[in-house]
Amino acid sequence: MSQTTVRTWDEFMEGVWRQNPVFVMVLGLCPALAVTVSAVNALSMGLATTFVLTCSCVLVSLLRKLIPKEVRIATYIVIIATFVTVVDYLIQAVSLALYDALGAFIQLIVVNCIILGRAEAHASKNPPFKAMVNALGMSLGFTIGLFALGAVREILGAGKLFGVALFGANFQPWVVMVLPPGGFFVLGMWLLVFAAVARRKQRKLAEVAQNA
Amino acid sequence: MNAEATLPQTTPAAAMVRTLGLISAICGLIIVAAYQGTYDAVQENKRIAVERAVFKVIPAAKSIAEYVATAAGEVEKLGAGGTVPAGAVKFYAGYDAAGKLAGIAAEGGAKGYADTVRILFAWDPEKAAVTGFGVVSSRETPGIGDKILVDKDFLANFPLEARLAADGQALAHQIRAVKHGSKANPWEVDAIAGATITSRAVGKAINDTAQALLPRIAPHLDKLKEKS
Amino acid sequence: MSIEIRSAPHIKGPKSVEQIMRHVVWSLLPICAFYVYQYGLSAMASLVVVTGSCLLAERWFVKTGTQSGDISDYSAVITGLLLALSLPPGFPLWMGAVAGLVAIALGKALFGGIGFNVFNPALVGRAFAQAAFPQAIATYTPSFLPGRFHEMIPSSMALPLMQPADVAAWLKLKQLDALAGATPLAKWKFEGVLAGAEELITSLSGHMAVGPSPALILVCGAYLALRRYMDWRIPAAILGSAALTAWLLFAFDGTRYPNPFFMLFSGGLILGAVYMATDMATSPVTPRGMWVYGALIGILTVVIRYYSGLPEGVMYAILLGNAATPLIEKITQPTPFGKGASSLLGRQKKGASYPLHPGYISREDAGAVTPKKRFLPNKPKKQDREP
Repeated sequence: MSQTTVRTWDEFMEGVWRQNPVFVMVLGLCPALAVTVSAVNALSMGLATTFVLTCSCVLVSLLRKLIPKEVRIATYIVIIATFVTVVDYLIQAVSLALYDALGAFIQLIVVNCIILGRAEAHASKNPPFKAMVNALGMSLGFTIGLFALGAVREILGAGKLFGVALFGANFQPWVVMVLPPGGFFVLGMWLLVFAAVARRKQRKLAEVAQNA
Repeated sequence: MNAEATLPQTTPAAAMVRTLGLISAICGLIIVAAYQGTYDAVQENKRIAVERAVFKVIPAAKSIAEYVATAAGEVEKLGAGGTVPAGAVKFYAGYDAAGKLAGIAAEGGAKGYADTVRILFAWDPEKAAVTGFGVVSSRETPGIGDKILVDKDFLANFPLEARLAADGQALAHQIRAVKHGSKANPWEVDAIAGATITSRAVGKAINDTAQALLPRIAPHLDKLKEKS
Repeated sequence: MSIEIRSAPHIKGPKSVEQIMRHVVWSLLPICAFYVYQYGLSAMASLVVVTGSCLLAERWFVKTGTQSGDISDYSAVITGLLLALSLPPGFPLWMGAVAGLVAIALGKALFGGIGFNVFNPALVGRAFAQAAFPQAIATYTPSFLPGRFHEMIPSSMALPLMQPADVAAWLKLKQLDALAGATPLAKWKFEGVLAGAEELITSLSGHMAVGPSPALILVCGAYLALRRYMDWRIPAAILGSAALTAWLLFAFDGTRYPNPFFMLFSGGLILGAVYMATDMATSPVTPRGMWVYGALIGILTVVIRYYSGLPEGVMYAILLGNAATPLIEKITQPTPFGKGASSLLGRQKKGASYPLHPGYISREDAGAVTPKKRFLPNKPKKQDREP
């Protein structure tokens, strides 16, 4: 792999793993907790956010030399709001049932701090391609986070994944999982698992270093 | 020179307005394009959603027509995307394959346990009864409030008598939910034990809409009989 | 001879976390034994499985370093036993295992382990089970069933993730009314039937779904309090305030509200007051704070029982009390000696403004482990620093 591909890959993986918006930065929790009742909802929310994040980051990056710094935040919000409106229409055109399930949270993508944060911290300082790679990585990380929550909540709360029953008719649904507290419980469990795995890795690395 | 360098650089107002104008124009174009591009699909989706909901509560229906019953007691056909006049109640007439009236569906809402429960119910003019209902929107507790759609005892409430009184101004008997197991009359709704509030909301939603709608459409039933 | 300069307390006692916890476990054993005698095999299996799942979870989180503490300190055993005692005896074993896991993971490990938890872990587990499996947790079976040592309650043996068997049908097969399995509180709330005093205190009359015997719990609790492994103020405050609130309401309208005696000895109030609310990490350390904390829990319990949709309110009352603990501690800080007069004059109202001794080494600097909270303000402190 050449130097540049490595760097692009690094840029991409930044958002997917090291700075995962849900599990590491714990950002964007409003949609992460509210719409992750099922895997489909979680994935659609992730895709909608991917679209908005990538498009607005590319546009911000293209216009970065034009945007006066005094009004940059207002400009970013206008751009983000534009793409949120577009995604709102697109989802209505694809499926009204999905639109109802996601509810106000589609419009609320506009206040998702991940998007404004990326526009301000990265896209406004980098060329379009780099901004796009970074935005794609971030949104993939966000989508993975949402999916991890949505899948667990759907499996335990309804015994299904993507609407396919996994355990047969006798399954005992965990009522709490489809209620709002379930989102917090599952997020807490995931954070705990991540912390435990990270600690273990650290300890192993330290042992290796000591032995060497 | 020195003094100039330390001053914060400001953008002239004209340039700022120009750039903002340009960006707004770009964004406006994108939104208009998206709206135009998806308009047909969105309308089609909405129509299908309404049809599907009506077909579900009137199983015999194969096509629907949208009507409004105005405050003056008239029944008018509603065009596609038309707005409902003030004081009017919107309803759907479902027709079977032969074009005969299979049932009338209308929406109603009442306060449930968590939020307003909105339902779409079907009224059969021949039986003078509510034959079934579907939920349009509800935030009731999963596993408790949403039993209204699956609980066998609750679904056995339908057909539920909804007959007009002799003077044609209101229902002969008010539809209302009663405590589980104490249903005595065909116009009472036997509530689900443990989900009484949601059951009561269903009863109230049907009653409120039926009280407003049925007296208005009863004189015009002949007009609705055949598909026009 | 080396001289150590440090703040009070200066007298150190031999009590360690492990020792305290071991005594609590011992005092719980008679209660568990009676519980098994009441409900038979299922109760035994429930105790074993729930405690086992707590221990496994504890072991994993301690091993990965996610939480502090030591598996040998018995605290996970207490969590498991209390959780099992607070669940119905016929609670499906897999659900019990889930509740145990959640109790340790969400109740303890997430906060950093023993001593750092905000809520009583056993109650976190029970609250989760209550929210996730509302039907199973409300299904009680009568005690002293014939043949309870030969067969399990069928709902216990539900396959993992599957619905439990219908207990009402099983009871019918035994010619018992399904409602014989209702708890005294549920009976009162939904049918207006009050249970007799003798039945409530000893749980010996049978055919009624009372939990472990309140009299036995009080005796075991008294042992702990006498040995100073538990502070008597908290249970006293809880029971006192609950009795007072219930008595006021009873005096106000004796037909609508049950007598205070019934309030005290039905449901899990005694178990909660003696064993759950007194959890050291989640209750206030100041004596005045303990009274406030206990009173809050007692009043909340009665209010929840009377005015909410749930028959039992002890669990939520204690969890709310746990949440209020830091606040209670803050407003009930004792005034340091010599500080009282100046605060009366209206000066220096808040905070310790006196400079620390220049040679003082903060606990963190000395690498000290945060000690367990003490039972009494003058109770000797555990050895936490190398001399």
